[in-house]
Amino acid sequence: MSRQEEQSSGNNTERDYIVRAQDVRVTFKAPGSRDTVKAVDGVSLDVRRGEVFGVVGESGCGKSTLGRALLGLVPLSGGKVIVNGKDLSTLSAPQMKEMRRKIQIIFQDPSACLNPRRTVREILTEPYLIHGIRDRKKIDEEIGKLIDAVGLAPYHLSRYPHELSGGQKQRIGIARALTLHPEFIVCDECVSALDVSVQAQVLNLLMRLRGEMGLTYFFISHNLNVIYQVSDRVAVMYLGRIVEIAPYRSLFENHFHPYTEALLSAIPGTSEGTKNRIILQEEVPSPQNPPSGCHFHTRCPKACPICSKEVPAMREILPDHFAACHLYDAKT
Amino acid sequence: MQKGLKNLFRRNYLFTAGCVICLFWVVMAVFAHVIAPYDPIAQDLTVKLQAPSAVHLFGTDNFGRDIFSRVIYGGRYSLMAGILTVLIAMAIGSVYGAAAGYIGGAVDNVMMRISEMILSFPSLILAMCINAALGSNLFNTMFALIIVAWPSYARLMRSVVLTVKENQYIEAAEALGASRMRILLHEIFPNSISSIIVMATTDLGNQILMFSTLSFLGLGSAPPTPEWGMMVSDGVSYFNKFWVAGFPGLAIFTMAVGANFIGDGLRDILDPKLRKQM
Repeated sequence: MSRQEEQSSGNNTERDYIVRAQDVRVTFKAPGSRDTVKAVDGVSLDVRRGEVFGVVGESGCGKSTLGRALLGLVPLSGGKVIVNGKDLSTLSAPQMKEMRRKIQIIFQDPSACLNPRRTVREILTEPYLIHGIRDRKKIDEEIGKLIDAVGLAPYHLSRYPHELSGGQKQRIGIARALTLHPEFIVCDECVSALDVSVQAQVLNLLMRLRGEMGLTYFFISHNLNVIYQVSDRVAVMYLGRIVEIAPYRSLFENHFHPYTEALLSAIPGTSEGTKNRIILQEEVPSPQNPPSGCHFHTRCPKACPICSKEVPAMREILPDHFAACHLYDAKT
Repeated sequence: MQKGLKNLFRRNYLFTAGCVICLFWVVMAVFAHVIAPYDPIAQDLTVKLQAPSAVHLFGTDNFGRDIFSRVIYGGRYSLMAGILTVLIAMAIGSVYGAAAGYIGGAVDNVMMRISEMILSFPSLILAMCINAALGSNLFNTMFALIIVAWPSYARLMRSVVLTVKENQYIEAAEALGASRMRILLHEIFPNSISSIIVMATTDLGNQILMFSTLSFLGLGSAPPTPEWGMMVSDGVSYFNKFWVAGFPGLAIFTMAVGANFIGDGLRDILDPKLRKQM
């Protein structure tokens, strides 16, 4: 596993970025009322070609929605997503279809993401048919290679999803995402539904495939250990906003945002963490009615008066290490 | 596979019984010209209203026609009307319902209100009105039955599609660039159709009953045709001659029960969850 942590900031050109999000906003209508939920509330980030970009945050913070927004699977209510230099919103339907080959997703629940009425072979053939590839021999050859690449045997092709284990199903989900030779894959909690031993296998598989196929991952998880294990850079999300983005080592060594600090102190098993465990008071505020200013100020142990009034800007505190917190206003 | 099929029949007695009954009537209808001993419309007034005997197994009616032969031929009309009505209503209803459920929003709202307009009338009365307005013959009766029947299929299909479309494999297909039509046909339809098939089999018995009811009321097929409902209607005037109305009535009864048994059995096999909902 090669990490690109040494990659320095500042001298990246447009070509080094595979996906760029600029002030992305996604709002949903709350069921049964007129309120809207700002699932993603002004997120800007750049994913560099070849890296594993991790996203952590608690449930409901908008990380999955952000991943879907990057793929153009949910309508944006503001901002834009640029993939390979092209703004997704400006693409025509055929161009978007072509773009879909480059950007793929692996889902959280391997049982739900496979059509139960189809065999594995049919599931894996579907992407080729969607994109007008009808040469059976070529498809079968490709599927054979893929099934081997994800560590399954050819006889699995004639099975139905319910005849496979969770880990095997997730491998099929990965194989399907790879059929069209994508460059960018959103891994949406893709190991959290699996047993710990299977998790490790699937993570190793993903990392191996990344090396072999030159993939870039947008790796969403609520599991800090998994994020720590795979990510080159990590973004921490809280209530629809990113509060800190940093190379993984920098983040785990000197985090700046109080929320990141609290989050990292919750990792079980490290003696340092258990000693200084920060217990956050109160519940996460409802995203239907988020707090003013910095979303975190209601639970922040270091909140100042300004925090409830102004939204903190993202600042580069260390090279390539950004945090959005008023505590660091004076330092820059 | 074969062993599974055997188990299926053994465990589900009613389903097996339903299959046997329906198969019996289908065979009768298909081979009516071979099985029936007499011409179903040939009149012989010298033997009118005779009780069942070895010569006329089910007796004869007021025109001296052999009721056994008429019941066997009658299966053709009842079965054809029932099966065709169900198939066409199912086709229209499931396409309509799937479209409404998948497109959603205002389109869904308008489409469902239209179908509810039909559902708001008592189905038998509405079918009678349509039939009376168009003139009564076999095809108009079927047309009337289809008009009355399809909204139920549309509603069921819509509700199934609403659940199915939330599945993640639909999103996976979207992420792969599949068109909405392709998702509807390849992902949503195959996963929704089992409930519709269950409903259709149960409905088959209903439709045969409806068809016979309309015929009984004089709205179905024209007189010489040996149609079960009409035969029952003819027999009502000869109440002391039980066989005239009794045997066609028995045919309707067994056919409807058989279709219902198959429907219930299929429901248990394909979709155990549905039983609680219906």
